Amino acid sequence: MWMIELPPFVPFFLGALILLFTRGMLRSAIMIAIPILSAMHLMMVPEGIHLQFTFLEYQLTPYRVDKLSIMFGYVFHIAALIGIIYSLHLRDTMQQVSAMLYAGSALGAVFAGDLLTLFVFWELLAFTSVFLIWARRTQRSYDAGMRYLIIQVLSGVILLVGTLFYAHENNTLAFGYIGLDSVAGWLILIAFGIKCAFPIAHNWLTDAYPEATVTGTVFLSAFTTKVAVYALARAYPGAEILIYIGAAMTCFPIFFAVIENDLRRVLAYSLINQVGFMVVGIGIGTALAINGAVSHAFNDVIFKGLLFMSMGAVLQMTGRINGSDLGGLYKTMPKTTILCIVGAASISAFPLFSGFVSKSMVMSAALEEGYDWVWLMLLFASAGVFHHAGIKIPYFAFFAHDSGLKANDPPNNMLLAMTISAVLCIAIGIYPQALYSLLPYDTGYNPYDATHVLAQTQLLFFSALAFVWLNLKGLYPPELRSTNLDFDWVYRRAVPNALQKVFSVIWQVDRSLRDALKLKLNLYLSYFSGKNDRLSILLSRNYPSGSMVMWVAVVLATYLLLSFI
Amino acid sequence: MKNDKKYLFDNPNNVKRLLHILYACCAILVVLDFVIHRHTLHDWEKLWAFYPLYGFIGCVVLVVIAAWMRTFLMRPEDYYDNPTETDLHNDSLDNNMLNKKGEHHVDD
Repeated sequence: MWMIELPPFVPFFLGALILLFTRGMLRSAIMIAIPILSAMHLMMVPEGIHLQFTFLEYQLTPYRVDKLSIMFGYVFHIAALIGIIYSLHLRDTMQQVSAMLYAGSALGAVFAGDLLTLFVFWELLAFTSVFLIWARRTQRSYDAGMRYLIIQVLSGVILLVGTLFYAHENNTLAFGYIGLDSVAGWLILIAFGIKCAFPIAHNWLTDAYPEATVTGTVFLSAFTTKVAVYALARAYPGAEILIYIGAAMTCFPIFFAVIENDLRRVLAYSLINQVGFMVVGIGIGTALAINGAVSHAFNDVIFKGLLFMSMGAVLQMTGRINGSDLGGLYKTMPKTTILCIVGAASISAFPLFSGFVSKSMVMSAALEEGYDWVWLMLLFASAGVFHHAGIKIPYFAFFAHDSGLKANDPPNNMLLAMTISAVLCIAIGIYPQALYSLLPYDTGYNPYDATHVLAQTQLLFFSALAFVWLNLKGLYPPELRSTNLDFDWVYRRAVPNALQKVFSVIWQVDRSLRDALKLKLNLYLSYFSGKNDRLSILLSRNYPSGSMVMWVAVVLATYLLLSFI
Repeated sequence: MKNDKKYLFDNPNNVKRLLHILYACCAILVVLDFVIHRHTLHDWEKLWAFYPLYGFIGCVVLVVIAAWMRTFLMRPEDYYDNPTETDLHNDSLDNNMLNKKGEHHVDD
């Protein structure tokens, strides 16, 4: 049946093409219809390989469906639909088309059954998403988008090199378990790691996402990092190094998030923190841990999208996003406030909210497998994420001091998109079995036993108490207008400065060398001309060569004249 | 638009009430520690009030360290938008040298 063979990226790419030729209501209708129809189609597709052909002696599999990929397939459809509803009020063809292509590329990547197809979509993710950053149309966003694009393309190039090594070693391009016992394995891990925002390679995310448009950031937060999580889950389950990388990812961004002023950048840091939990789960590699990682990716797409949407609404309605400028908005944006608090409760993993049912799986797996210190780090990160994303975001935007800003709740389409996300967050939190039934493994895990619920609630309430105590004591760092140096300082300031210094030295040396040479040449020239002067004073001195030529002509003319006589 | 309406948290008593509810919840949660039997996987979890203390101390440490990080990481908001001080310094130096000579070098 040909319908089954239609990979999910095709409707999105075709849709993007149709968008170019439609306007107004028709365009809106098409944009909403595509993710819904594509999702319904995906639900009917059985597991297995649905499209395969041979290319240069290698088997390519652009469409493979299994438990792992379909999980991401579903959530990408949900994210695309929510993002599209959120951006319905836009009249910007560039953003709408690139968002559609971007969602399609993400779907193409998760259903890719071979490394070459994965590489193609990997690069398409970069090239389609960068327009969501550039669409802000400011110099800052242009620069940030350029840095983003360079790093993303670099990741793709490393993936291609790794793929070539892999194909040479194994004589196949099939994308399955890769492992870390070969050069190819390490190269591909680095490529995945860059997109996954591993420490040191994480700054493209905190740099570019807050510079993107209000609606663009919602799409960006959903796809790129989750594709990388999917790729890691498929290629490196159980790689111990990922546990430590993931643990580092959960902890270090929360420090930056506490002192960051741009609230969307705070969310970007907490996005790295959440991806850290997934990476730890993949590194542990047991059925429970992988389930935890995948379901946390699923939930994160929804609640992080909700948080980015609520902050986007604040930016849209007030024109400001810095914590130092905002405050007191609960008075005039009550609906956004409540929706934001639902997102905050979900990311903080409050019982009955979606974060709780997935994050606890990773934590339990870490304890069961005896990674005590990692577990302590995750626990610290859980408290920390509540502190910066759960409390700081709603508190500084909607409460704190009254900034005097008067804004209304955003347009209905934005509220609807946020409401859908919020309902999903609560629904998954209350009835997690629906989510668990989609997971790759059946572990019979139950998050709602007294031990888990009590421990998590205690942890969160006392984190809140710490926030209150620090605030009352005046110890909490105030929101300040500032830039905080992170690793991107190395390539945005240190390396350019060092290069500039090196080149200025090179230019100085080059300049003085040439000056010396010129001086020498001048000396020789004047020496020879002086010598000539002394030899024949009459003909050469003070006479330019032009007059010499004229005199020769005169002599020849005279000679010619004489020959006629 | 003039907005004279009184809102929920304009009244300091409401803020106090909210804080008292929080304190009460915290107290109840610690008491529940003794009532509910836990299935602990780890020795640390058996310590008295491990989770409340860890959450509280963890957050205080987090904020104290983050505030300390500000001392060496914080820069003006437009830090990356402006060229560095050293660049400006170099440029002015070169211009001075040229002005003294009163001529243009072939490189400039």
